Amino acid sequence: MDFKDYYATLGVAHTAPQDDIKRAYRKLARKYHPDVSKEPNAEARFKEVAEAHEALIDPERRAAYDAVVKRHASGQQFEAPAGWDSGFEFSGPGGGDGQSADFSDFFSSLFGRGGGGGGRRGASPRPAQGSDHHARLTIDLQDSFRGAQRTMSLRMPSVDAQGNATMQERQLEVNIPPGVREGQQLRLQGQGGPGRGGAPAGDLYLELAFAPHPLFRVDGRDLSFDLPISPWEAALGATVTSPTPDGPVQLGIPVGSTQGRKLRLKGRGLPGKPAGDLYAVLRIALPAANTDAEKAAYQALANAYPDHNPRATLEA
Amino acid sequence: MAHAHHPGAADVVIVLDEQAVFSFAALCRASGADAAQLQALVDEGLLLPTGAGPADWQFTGPALLRARRALRLVHELQLGLQGAAVVLDLLAEIDALRAGQRRP
Repeated sequence: MDFKDYYATLGVAHTAPQDDIKRAYRKLARKYHPDVSKEPNAEARFKEVAEAHEALIDPERRAAYDAVVKRHASGQQFEAPAGWDSGFEFSGPGGGDGQSADFSDFFSSLFGRGGGGGGRRGASPRPAQGSDHHARLTIDLQDSFRGAQRTMSLRMPSVDAQGNATMQERQLEVNIPPGVREGQQLRLQGQGGPGRGGAPAGDLYLELAFAPHPLFRVDGRDLSFDLPISPWEAALGATVTSPTPDGPVQLGIPVGSTQGRKLRLKGRGLPGKPAGDLYAVLRIALPAANTDAEKAAYQALANAYPDHNPRATLEA
Repeated sequence: MAHAHHPGAADVVIVLDEQAVFSFAALCRASGADAAQLQALVDEGLLLPTGAGPADWQFTGPALLRARRALRLVHELQLGLQGAAVVLDLLAEIDALRAGQRRP
């Protein structure tokens, strides 16, 4: 089991007062909170920070942790002492929303599952439906188009025959239906915590996020992307090959198109009832004038537009 | 894809879209919140159920994520409900801006 340096995680000294720990936690929580942060690995970092805070903010837990740190420093392998749990009653707030179920094995071997949670009370003869679980799943845009099957690994607390809670990893195959959108949730019936006494299992809720796509931006069911065209294609009209998530299509550029014009490809957004639309946003790509012939071409353009004033709107 | 605990159940996948409906009790259970917490989210205008009172309230699928996000912000960033509401509104605005923005 890996030893966790909670002080390093929060960036505070071993002697830091509780106020400093609180301050460091709040600062890092704002930075890495997965609902707010765009930092890479925000979710994993936030979990580490929350775990370190949970361990250190409570003076009893902190004292217990410090004792382990001392033994660890003297070179001993970390082992949770037998019966460790029973010797400590933690009065601090135990992550009542079940958050501590996400904490590391290191944390739970020191402090138990937190919150006085169901598992440790031992197997109850009273039937009870299993608890609901929540997790996030990042999928690709393409998965929403065609539907997909994804394997995810989940860590869930489970209770053994002796009534002890342990973390178990399990693999789950998830069928992603076509047309799902960012921020939607999936409910997988019966994939949450197991029920007791013959009662049904709880449900698993998956919060969906899309991995960033190099081309397509997502707005609900609609998608958009930048379509570069040449100045003459914009002025004279053209038929160009345009990407869509379903593969390339031929797209007509209307005569006299301008920079930023949006062309709608109806029904080519995310599938659904109704399906979303796909918008090609025109970007005019100016070719460089390097050779004499290219320079002459721009000069001829200038000669053809003696009265063209692109800054007319600035001369009010 | 049978699993030891829940044989054969992984095929039952429900998308919680606008057509999905939660009662007040079902939303409490799914979000892990107690009735008072959810009631506060409704009072604050963070959740907009249809129906006259708690017994008739109906929430759509996206309300679950909204409720969980709000409660996460409250617990994990120690925000007040009004603060969490502002954050959620700003996040929605950022998402909309990002969707319309040109990639660098």
